[in-house]
Amino acid sequence: MLGPSTLWYLGIAAFLFGIGALGVLVRRNPLIVLLSLEIMLNGGNLALIAFSRHVANGAGQVFALAVMAVAASEVCVGLGLVVALHRRHLALDVDRLSELRG
Amino acid sequence: MIAAYSAGGALVWIVWVVAGLACLASGVAVVSFSNPFFSALALIGNLGSLAVLYLLLSAQFVAAAQVLVYAGAVMVMFLFVIAYVGPRAETPWSGGPGWQTIGAVLAAAAIFLEIIVVIALKASNRLAHNDHVNGTFGSPGWIGRLFLTDHLLAFEITSIVLLVAAVGGVILGSHTKRADEEASV
Repeated sequence: MLGPSTLWYLGIAAFLFGIGALGVLVRRNPLIVLLSLEIMLNGGNLALIAFSRHVANGAGQVFALAVMAVAASEVCVGLGLVVALHRRHLALDVDRLSELRG
Repeated sequence: MIAAYSAGGALVWIVWVVAGLACLASGVAVVSFSNPFFSALALIGNLGSLAVLYLLLSAQFVAAAQVLVYAGAVMVMFLFVIAYVGPRAETPWSGGPGWQTIGAVLAAAAIFLEIIVVIALKASNRLAHNDHVNGTFGSPGWIGRLFLTDHLLAFEITSIVLLVAAVGGVILGSHTKRADEEASV
């Protein structure tokens, strides 16, 4: 393959996963927590596609598309929760939503 | 022939460096902007540069789906909800107690370093050379054939997942009189 090897793509994927995890842990706004989750999922997707190209097997790309569908459903439910919180005049702060804890 | 090959390689490297840097910078921007509106816009940049990386990995259909589904549909939904609840600024690094922030930074750095070290120690030799792929690798027809032959079950289950998520979103977002009464008490 021309250009960088799979190793370099995996480095970017690892960085994206780490920065997404940092956002999920540090930020308080549920909207930004959801955005950071998207970054983590995309880090995983990049690793899947890099390995798919590496072994010349399509299963990785199929799985990346499945991850994309799961991310869309997660955004659907997450944004529904945010809208429901807003409608009940609750604070958009994940630390103050401790009643959602199982 | 060899000169053309190395020139193409240099071009791929340049595109990779630009897209990779844009990807990393916009990822940091998503986490560090205080306004969720700007974070969402930075995430659109992140998804676009990831689509360029997918193209370099000869995943044409996934790159197109990334731009259409993610940067298009999902992010428009995000921006709509942010506009609906009103962009409330939040200071990124002073939310909770200080030890919590430090612990989160340490945990994220630990995850990153662990992945890098494991990859470098265990797999760096095997990841240097890729298998050769033919021209149809990653094209829409090829992906569609895979979805309808080898991965048919995953395809059908994905549709069920999307249906359940849509129903959940409708239930969460629907107005009920009782919920409004509870909120007003």
